[in-house]
Amino acid sequence: MRDATHHPAPPGLIRRWLSRPGPAPEPAKRVQFDQPLLPWLFLAPQLAVIFVFFYWPSVQAITSSFYIEDPFGFGSTFVGIDNYKDALGSREYQRIAGFTALFTVLVTAFSLGLGLLFAVKADKVIRGRTSYRTALIAVYAIAPPVAGLMGMMLFDQHIGPFVRLAAWFGYDMKVGINYWDTAFAMILVSVWKQVPYNFIFFLSGLQSIPASVREASVIDCRNGFTRFRTAILPLLAPTAFFLLIINITYALFDTFAVIDVMVKDKPANNPMTLVYKVYNDGFRGNDIGGSAAQSVILMVIVLVLTLIQFRWLERRVHYG
Amino acid sequence: MKKLLPALALLATSTAAFANPVQITWWHGMGGANEQVINQVAGKFNEAQSACAITPVSKGTYEEALASGIAAFRSGEQPNILQVFDAGAATIINAKGATIPAEDLLIQNGHSFDRDAFIDGIRYFYADTEGKFIGMPFNSSAPIMYLNTGAFAKAGVEAPKTWAEFEAVAPKLKEAGYIPLTASQLTWQLFENFYSRNNIQMATNQNGYDGFGGTELRATAPEMIAFWTRLAAWHKDGLFGFYGAGWADNQKPFEEGKVAMWIGSSGSFGGLSKTATMPFSATFMPWDETASDGNKSTFIGGAALFAMSGKPDDQNKCSADFFNFLTTTDVQAFYHQATGYVPITRAAYEKSKADGWYEENPVAEVGILQLLEPQGEWSKGYRLGFYPQIRVIEEREFNKIFSGETTVEDAFKAIETEGNELLARFSKTSG
Repeated sequence: MRDATHHPAPPGLIRRWLSRPGPAPEPAKRVQFDQPLLPWLFLAPQLAVIFVFFYWPSVQAITSSFYIEDPFGFGSTFVGIDNYKDALGSREYQRIAGFTALFTVLVTAFSLGLGLLFAVKADKVIRGRTSYRTALIAVYAIAPPVAGLMGMMLFDQHIGPFVRLAAWFGYDMKVGINYWDTAFAMILVSVWKQVPYNFIFFLSGLQSIPASVREASVIDCRNGFTRFRTAILPLLAPTAFFLLIINITYALFDTFAVIDVMVKDKPANNPMTLVYKVYNDGFRGNDIGGSAAQSVILMVIVLVLTLIQFRWLERRVHYG
Repeated sequence: MKKLLPALALLATSTAAFANPVQITWWHGMGGANEQVINQVAGKFNEAQSACAITPVSKGTYEEALASGIAAFRSGEQPNILQVFDAGAATIINAKGATIPAEDLLIQNGHSFDRDAFIDGIRYFYADTEGKFIGMPFNSSAPIMYLNTGAFAKAGVEAPKTWAEFEAVAPKLKEAGYIPLTASQLTWQLFENFYSRNNIQMATNQNGYDGFGGTELRATAPEMIAFWTRLAAWHKDGLFGFYGAGWADNQKPFEEGKVAMWIGSSGSFGGLSKTATMPFSATFMPWDETASDGNKSTFIGGAALFAMSGKPDDQNKCSADFFNFLTTTDVQAFYHQATGYVPITRAAYEKSKADGWYEENPVAEVGILQLLEPQGEWSKGYRLGFYPQIRVIEEREFNKIFSGETTVEDAFKAIETEGNELLARFSKTSG
């Protein structure tokens, strides 16, 4: 674009055709392929993967979302946008969407906040720093279903230590029956599972801040918290922005296994996220059209979220 | 590995020496003790003849087995035989062309088939309106009430036959230090089988058998609301314990001896014999004394086997042979005695009686006796589309009742409204 403004020339093909006989305005700095097909050939494997695993299923989902289909695929009725209307108009779906929003905000906020806190503290430790760090990172090695299983045992109504702890304070905790008790357990397990990931990134982010900057900031400001807020945090912003996106995706999608294990295949009145609802209606309930419509809605939500993040948030991030 | 390879090669050549049996697969949704019995049944079939070899594969739960079967069918990878549970019956029976009706399969492959050999309660659930067997009843069960005998001795009371009797004995059991009652699957036991046991219509269109269009769930039947109002009150008074929608949530406290009565499945017997920490017996699920024509047999629960279409003839022949093998008296009696699922043929029941099995294990007879109770107009079965999803709604609302988030009336109104929306959606699928 900048090129065009500096040397006004006919656009597009004509310009290229015109410029061909004469000497090129710039010597070729970029690598050029002699055969036009060669770059496509190199790209083909990647394109094939994207097409087979992303575009094709997406197109399938969008098509199915306009039909109500026999589970075995024998008959289907075109219903227009009825599947979308049914989903968005259902109070249950709205309730689950509301919970998903709350869940995503809380899980993201707590796992980022705790990850940062631990990273800052672990960064300062000098004696036995490796053991602290290993202990904090180790949790990340636990697979989500196992984390869910551990959570279930910790919150078991008959043997769970958390339930006993709550009872000690006079609270009758009923995970699996009481909506908010289950929500609390799910959020706790999901956060616990994600903190180490954030910890690793924040710690490496902190360690890449040059010592000279830190020393300069110590001279400029005596207050440790202000120093952190004004000097360290802006330098961590690229890491934090990356983690924000990863954590939102985690809360929306990767917590599936935790939820699945905790509701034990019978969601009943337990809270669940939109992804779990897609699975529940499509795979458990065999309602392919309805489930497809829900997954398209989810796709749109993620698209919008990503656009917002990159358009508004990323502008405020300074890559050093 | 180096040692293993020649061994494998040897194995390959030695099996090739025999005529290769036709391989068929059987997907099911059983786990634990019941999965082992399935493997034994398959092993018996493979030993009994050499033309066919069946491989059972556990796909997880009933719901997961059905979902896997559907996904496989759509991609042409279906197993020869798929186990489908009671709530999923409408889904697979509606998909004409997905299965070969069990009765046709048997007759086409030269086996005889006698509907009358089957126990009454089992004949209609997986059959079409003309009574032709679409699915082959396999593990059939009834919701029965297990009793902690020690608790009853301590409280000095008898097991209740009706819910009024339950109301009378429950406070004494509570005083004796027990939770009087828990139940493991409220949807199946105290919703669906409340209709059958008390002979109340569950859905319009003859409980859905007459067609899917316009079928509506009768969830707000006054008897149902009245019973659940009592149940909610019992829960509040500590006479009924509810620990979550999962099956094990409510079975566990019974196994641990904390609960006096537990409504489970007749098929729980095999597993419970191993896990229960105290002596137990069993009796029929109580009926509602206020019902005008109650004390009827319950719906058949459990699951049936369906022969999937799109398989070569020699494999279908093997599926037919296997179905035929399953209905033989010896196999039925073995399966019944090993699991507690009811025998599906009269002959197998007679054999178990003759074996003296019920004298040793009186609990094992309770399920079959409950199914042999007189059958009411509404205890033959139901045929409702998307019913697994409707169960999800029921589970949600029941949970809300016990956590105090909703009233019984509102809960059943929600089940009826949302359930009918799903039924209406289902009638469009075959369009």
